[in-house]
Amino acid sequence: MLSQIIAITGLNLKSIPQRWAPSLVIVVGLAGVVAVFTALLAMATGFESTLKANGRTDVAIVMRGGSDTELNSGMGRDATTLIKLAPGIRKGADGQPLAAAEMMVIAELVRQGDKANGANITVRGVEPASFALRPQLKIIAGRKFQPGLRELIVGHGVARAFQGAELGQTIRMRGSEWKVVGVFDAGDSHDSELWTDVGVAQTTFNRQGFSSVLAALDSTNSLATLKASLQADPRLSVDVQNEQDYFSSQTKQFRQQIGVLAGVVTLIMALGAIFAALNTMYAAVATRSKEIATLRALGFGGLAVLTSVMIEALVLALLGGVLGAVIAYALFNGFTVSTLGQNFTQVVFAFRVTPGLVGTGLVIALVIGLLGGFLPALRAARQPVTTALRGG
Amino acid sequence: MTKTGFVVANLFRKKTRTILTLLSVIMAFLLFGLLQSVNHIFSAGPDFLGATRLISQARVSFTQPLPLSMLPKLEAIPGVTRVGYSQWFGGVWQENTPLIMFAVNPQRHHDIYPEWVMPEAQWQAFANTRTAMIAGKAIADKYGWKVGQKIPIASNIYPQKNGSKSWTFDLVGIFDGKDEDWKRRAALVYINHDYFDEANQFGSGRTNFYVLKLADGNKAAAIAATVDKMFENSPDETKTQTEKDFNVGFIKQIGDIGLIVRWILFAVFFTLLLVVGNTMAQSVRERVPELAVLKTLGFSDGSVLGFVLAEAGALCLIGGLIGMSLATLLGAVVEKGSGGQFALQVSGAVWTTGLLAIVLMSLAVGLLPALRAQRLKIVDALAGR
Amino acid sequence: MIKIRSVTKSYERGKQKVEVLHGLTLDVPQGDFVALMGPSGSGKTTLLNLIGGLDTPTSGEVSVGGERIDKLSGGQLAKWRSRNVGFVFQFYNLMPVLTAEGNVELPLLLTKLSSAQRKKSVAVALQLVGLADRAKHKPRELSGGQEQRVAIARAIVSDPQLLVCDEPTGDLDRTTADEILKLLQALNRDYGKTIVMVTHDPLAAGYAKRILHLDKGRLADQSGPA
Repeated sequence: MLSQIIAITGLNLKSIPQRWAPSLVIVVGLAGVVAVFTALLAMATGFESTLKANGRTDVAIVMRGGSDTELNSGMGRDATTLIKLAPGIRKGADGQPLAAAEMMVIAELVRQGDKANGANITVRGVEPASFALRPQLKIIAGRKFQPGLRELIVGHGVARAFQGAELGQTIRMRGSEWKVVGVFDAGDSHDSELWTDVGVAQTTFNRQGFSSVLAALDSTNSLATLKASLQADPRLSVDVQNEQDYFSSQTKQFRQQIGVLAGVVTLIMALGAIFAALNTMYAAVATRSKEIATLRALGFGGLAVLTSVMIEALVLALLGGVLGAVIAYALFNGFTVSTLGQNFTQVVFAFRVTPGLVGTGLVIALVIGLLGGFLPALRAARQPVTTALRGG
Repeated sequence: MTKTGFVVANLFRKKTRTILTLLSVIMAFLLFGLLQSVNHIFSAGPDFLGATRLISQARVSFTQPLPLSMLPKLEAIPGVTRVGYSQWFGGVWQENTPLIMFAVNPQRHHDIYPEWVMPEAQWQAFANTRTAMIAGKAIADKYGWKVGQKIPIASNIYPQKNGSKSWTFDLVGIFDGKDEDWKRRAALVYINHDYFDEANQFGSGRTNFYVLKLADGNKAAAIAATVDKMFENSPDETKTQTEKDFNVGFIKQIGDIGLIVRWILFAVFFTLLLVVGNTMAQSVRERVPELAVLKTLGFSDGSVLGFVLAEAGALCLIGGLIGMSLATLLGAVVEKGSGGQFALQVSGAVWTTGLLAIVLMSLAVGLLPALRAQRLKIVDALAGR
Repeated sequence: MIKIRSVTKSYERGKQKVEVLHGLTLDVPQGDFVALMGPSGSGKTTLLNLIGGLDTPTSGEVSVGGERIDKLSGGQLAKWRSRNVGFVFQFYNLMPVLTAEGNVELPLLLTKLSSAQRKKSVAVALQLVGLADRAKHKPRELSGGQEQRVAIARAIVSDPQLLVCDEPTGDLDRTTADEILKLLQALNRDYGKTIVMVTHDPLAAGYAKRILHLDKGRLADQSGPA
């Protein structure tokens, strides 16, 4: 049986060049479906991994109760001091709790390629501990800002996607001028932020409070301890979660929306591709009906014929799928784009074509090939031998 | 039978092939209709808003509040007939459904937005009841709110003075838009700014937006510049623009959706071209003797070209119309189901673009086979060469 | 009715020029029924194509019904054909997507007749060939002989003066072939149609009024009915 299948399949595949135009239809059609699917999900994956990267379970983020995002959260100095002294927080090298109170403010920059309309961007006022809490953050150009001065360091995503935010340039915010003295790489959403000394930010933006407190936990179980302690304190009204959960919630809406878009588009395209594949395979079977009938007359089994036609469809589909994945990778992997994050500020991220994504794309291609090949294969296997030989 | 009948008869020569090709065309245009309407949401400026209202926000970001003390200064600007203010409440319905909700001054808002239609009695109730709220019909219908109910809404930003983030409001009125565009926008909730100002824990005397109604829309740019100049170099620098530009600017921040949509549609139509083009080419190839016979009967080369083009056109037209109709249907279903949140309307503009696409596609897939048919030599074709 | 004067026809086969007809001269009076016979390669189909206005000679004159059709352009020839000639082919060449009626109506789409008038002409033509009861059938539902009758009906529906037939019975059995040839005879005898028929079958040729022999692009001596 196997040798039959191999023999017929060999014949089928060899004759493809004669039918190159309709066969191209399957290849191109599937390349299109897989490329679009992969590109859309690469966008979602890129966004998610940018936000989630380095979201750790041993770091807690404390915000005002009921805020779902740092933007909506505001706490006074008394509150942040209390929080820093709570149990469960690891001590730093200097014996002090490894915790930083940070303040988020929104500024406006003009995106690369835009002329007028600015886009909102996050300015984060930080304390020295903020750096210790984020060991993955490295200054890749220039230097850190000096406390007390209106100096900024910018994430490398910002420098890339916005105008006027490069090393040495001056940004105007709230009636005052800020100098960009350094560029950093944090490998996550912080790359879309501008950082400065929190004290300077507070005076310039006329704020007294902070948005959040970031604290290192002394063990993974400490989250519960910290949470219980803070929520029991009548002077405080806060929410406590670990960094990973916080980041995850930030991406939920975007992921859902892209998920829906990708799902709908891929479904419709896949249906179109199935119809196109059916068309091609029916035609392929029709042009070779005499050939197939001869094989059957010679004694090759119906199942062998069916399998060989299916294999032909699958081979073409796989070719298309691979082509699509390659196109998506070549065109989109690493493609930088920015969009509105949960804080109404821009998040810069890059498309990421992962092996998992490619795998899923190929599976989709194979499924389409299967569906497009089955009915024609059945027809080929069932067609009455005598009529086909007669050419009728 | 007529010439048209002949063309259609030829279209269904190989039923399976035609139907499958037609289905591919339908799928492509379904996607086209849906994606183009998504694109229109993100790129077309909401023209119906007009230019007689300006929105003024803090220059840095609209999340930064402005002091209410600015109000008299704004009212004094020549050309400004009325000034209203609006503060983002951050309303959340039932745990996790965000609402588009603002605290406004009822009388001012009523004057500035004549497009909101509501019985006068309800406007009065809104102005006179501290804890009043009014809701757009789209939202009220979606959540089953009725006038007279007490509606509990949480704010994810502002707690009350007692620390609780749960607020309760009296629904005293339901408003609707004056026309289709405004009806679609009626998915908002308004509460009384005086009450909110006094009852929230974070302090009073502030607002996120000022809305300025102008006497003459043509003066919009000049007045906007005046406002911004007035507050330049102050701690409360402003950015003032027409309402239309404000909406467009906001949407643009979501990203170049247009680009993404264009890429997808490019991939789809490129593939479709191949699919339908292949079908047409095959169809003509099979019919060479028949086409030759048509010529022997006296049909000119031009008319044979016409037959093939008409066939391609009929295929694309039937498939395109069905696909666009499905998109329109689906868009309406999505719009209803999301309570107006996803206004996926396959508009006249999208239909026009779609028809254009149908014509172009017909030419692209039909031209080469049609030329082939036109050029074929009777004698050679009949002899089987 | 048909006047052929010193007609030559040659083709380019790559770099070579192949002359298929060599200075042919021929007269076919109105109402004649001529059979053209000859071995393959003798040029009989080529001559038929010239007479029917499907092709133009390389040199010489071709007149049909007093009109110099060798001087007509492609577009003019198409018009001329629609009014003056009917074709009958060996393999019928009917449109598989149309019914018998539809096939016969096809040439009338080139005229200014109304739909009702067209339907009438079609009915008459089908009646004439004896297929009125098969009007709504598609070609695949008809036998070979019936298909050829539909083809003949199509050929006469716009009432041309000339019928050009290329091996009309080549694909039919003896009995059916005789029926078809009798039909052609009737059209010639009772309706005055001039018929030029190419055939390799001497029995078919016997139905014609005279037989012409072509060999290597030249006419041999003419002979009367056998």
